[in-house]
Amino acid sequence: MPDLKFSDAEPDDHERALVDALVEQPPVVRQSERVVLGGIRRAGDARHLLLPGLHDLNASRGWISPGGLNYLAESLQVPPAEAFGVASFYDLFELEEPDMPGPRHHVCVDASCALADASGYAQQLRAEGKNVHEGPCLGQCENAPALFIQARSSDPVDMASTGETEQKFNATLANRLLRRFGLVDPQSLRSYREHGGYQALKTAIEVGQEEIIRLVTESGLTGRGGAAFPTGRKWRTVANHDHRQKYVVANADESEPGTFKDRMIIENDPFALIEAMTIAGFATGCTKGWIYIRGEYSTATKRLRSAIEQAYQAGLLGANVHDGAFTFDIELRQGAGAYICGEETALFNSIEGFRGEPRSKPPFPTESGLFGCPTIVNNPETLINVLDIATYGVDVFRSVGTPNSPGTKLFCVSGDVGNPGLYEAAFGLPLHELLEVAGVQIEDVQAVLLGGAAGRFLAPPNLDLPLSFEGTAERGATLGSGAVTVFSKDVDLWSVLVRLAKFFRDESCGQCVPCRIGTTRQHEVLLQIRGTQPNESERVLLSDLSMVMGDSSICGLGHTAASAVQSAFTEGLVGVQT
Amino acid sequence: MSNKSVSLHIDDQLITVPEGTTILEAAQSMNIEIPTLCWAENLTPVNVCRLCVVEAEGARTLIPACSRTCEDGAAVKTNTDRVRENRRMVLELLDSANDLSQSDNLQELISDYGADSDRYTDPVKTTTPPKVEDDLFVRAYERCVLCYKCVEACGDDAQFTFAIAVAGRGFDAKISTEHDVPLPESACVYCGNCIGVCPTNALQFKTEFDMREAANWRPEEQSVTETICSYCGVGCTLELHTQDNQIVKVTSPADHSVTSGHLCVKGRFGWQYVQAPVYRAPSSDSEQSAK
Repeated sequence: MPDLKFSDAEPDDHERALVDALVEQPPVVRQSERVVLGGIRRAGDARHLLLPGLHDLNASRGWISPGGLNYLAESLQVPPAEAFGVASFYDLFELEEPDMPGPRHHVCVDASCALADASGYAQQLRAEGKNVHEGPCLGQCENAPALFIQARSSDPVDMASTGETEQKFNATLANRLLRRFGLVDPQSLRSYREHGGYQALKTAIEVGQEEIIRLVTESGLTGRGGAAFPTGRKWRTVANHDHRQKYVVANADESEPGTFKDRMIIENDPFALIEAMTIAGFATGCTKGWIYIRGEYSTATKRLRSAIEQAYQAGLLGANVHDGAFTFDIELRQGAGAYICGEETALFNSIEGFRGEPRSKPPFPTESGLFGCPTIVNNPETLINVLDIATYGVDVFRSVGTPNSPGTKLFCVSGDVGNPGLYEAAFGLPLHELLEVAGVQIEDVQAVLLGGAAGRFLAPPNLDLPLSFEGTAERGATLGSGAVTVFSKDVDLWSVLVRLAKFFRDESCGQCVPCRIGTTRQHEVLLQIRGTQPNESERVLLSDLSMVMGDSSICGLGHTAASAVQSAFTEGLVGVQT
Repeated sequence: MSNKSVSLHIDDQLITVPEGTTILEAAQSMNIEIPTLCWAENLTPVNVCRLCVVEAEGARTLIPACSRTCEDGAAVKTNTDRVRENRRMVLELLDSANDLSQSDNLQELISDYGADSDRYTDPVKTTTPPKVEDDLFVRAYERCVLCYKCVEACGDDAQFTFAIAVAGRGFDAKISTEHDVPLPESACVYCGNCIGVCPTNALQFKTEFDMREAANWRPEEQSVTETICSYCGVGCTLELHTQDNQIVKVTSPADHSVTSGHLCVKGRFGWQYVQAPVYRAPSSDSEQSAK
């Protein structure tokens, strides 16, 4: 353990109390000038408390002071330069005293919110004297323009908690994952049980670990975050490891612009996520689960926290789940405004108290994930599919959807849409049918962005696209996270493209050269050529940037940073002579 | 390290290496050249510069040779058109963002690969005035390509001081102390190992910085003398770089068994006494003539 040097900056009493409350035992006892009781090693093991500590400090004063940061760093034995590096990584943390008092109002300026005049909204809030920050998607696209109020010394506020917005979901096309939405009280375990909750776990324990993994494998369930990796295979690999510690991680850091499904799952049915994680833990021998949720999801976080507490009290989490059948704990972590932390290995680093920079793969998480242990990472939508698979079996699960994409998918429909919201549909549904149900005037559609910023644009001739993994792959598209953003004919797509490029420029972690500089150059070039018909050398430049980001970046962010922009050209949506 | 070995093809030649060998190490043993920037033999690979990318059969994207270990039965190509195009773009992007004029290695690669950063109109660049905070070294981050080498050398690859880390995000990411405090106020112990590993001369000796400012830096006239550090019993090998019979900087060979290229503040910076005027006690004529 290195002998670290800390600065002389002192915390104020409140900051000191916050850090002391978080880091249970003061690890360093200064008995006299010459006698110091260390425990330094132990303190270093608690580095994962760095992110929660930064949250506490930032909330207490509206920024993280040098004294507060230094005290937190010393308490956790994190080098102060590294602690600063971590704090400065996240959008939600301020490292200088803000010029303006009062809570920070984050206004989303990404696609769907831009269509709802987010800039005008931000302007209006500024005129009211508010401290406004225009930033990336807040995952509340169905209620655009979205607002998130980052308050000091009190709970932050998203739109669901103001009660001004309603939960917009539609289960007319399919009703599996949305089954309990609107019916169950998301804050009551009893209500969850009355609506069939915890039946799946009971069944899982009856049939046993092997059988559950077999069911999940044979169901053909694949990841719903974008990569579509077979869930059963992930579980099997981790189950086969006899490592002393293994983890289940629920990746609820949903930040793909246009995506809000996991937020709505947690807001409306938080126990479902907890039950599904418990099954995953039971099936694979993981005794601990982590939920990493977006820092901007304040209502969902509150409900999840309460649900976890209730589950502990009822003996559904902890050392003796289901009367001693097994042990399963869940710990909740909040992100702090970084799209990249939705990348699974960046998420691990973020939880562990390091900068949210993706790791090199291999090794894959199932071999060496969180804290270097075998880890299952699934997003909430993927996980809650397991409940039906355990309860009703493979055949029922596969009875809808296509042979290669069985089951249902949640679609987040927003933009120029009559009824924006969360739609569940069986895989294979043609895109235009989904759009019609959502109240889109098909003849008025200029383009659809499928899969969020990392997805691809579709021009009207492609609106018959079947919404399945194979259907989208055939046409070079991707379902991604299930974001469906609709642009009508009067939208200036150039401004959409420029904003997409800006999004990646802002959200690149900066670790690798192709992405750090490539996303910046792509944004610059688009700013220069917007509204024009690009010449040959400009097109070559954009495609060279696309190549190097796609081929040579470390992670998926860089790999997909040019795909939406490129697709707008190949679909003939911009840059075409008229 | 296990005793197992793996066999693979690199540029169509079969090679068998111990399990755990990186593609770069295997290629080097075959005299196949792969350019690197953030890799160094005395540091853990971080694979961030992506200059060493190679093409592996069956892989969707290119892979970094510096950190990826050899897999049995793999087929790797180190010099395909796709590989060269990607390296050209990496070099072009670096050249568009940073002042690389003091890195001969990169200048050579830029011309070899035909990277043309003039293609960009008004690209935003890393522009930070040089940080001159003491008499020992200067940090000119306009030349910093964020290779992480200095962070590694300061941290658990050599010095375990952790005075610097990467702060910020994206294009604005930079090497920084906590709250960007000047080095003398930070944990820095002035070992200068960050200078030793910096590939672009963003970190340099104050002597070199001053001589360059005075247009008096003439590397072609410099000579290097190896010696052993006289400060303690460890026995670190020093390379004294001299110009006009004056020491201008001190390095240590990266492959040296004692130092692995790393020194302490005394070996790195404590040479002034060599050049100081020598004062002798009055002595007799006979002693003088005996010398």
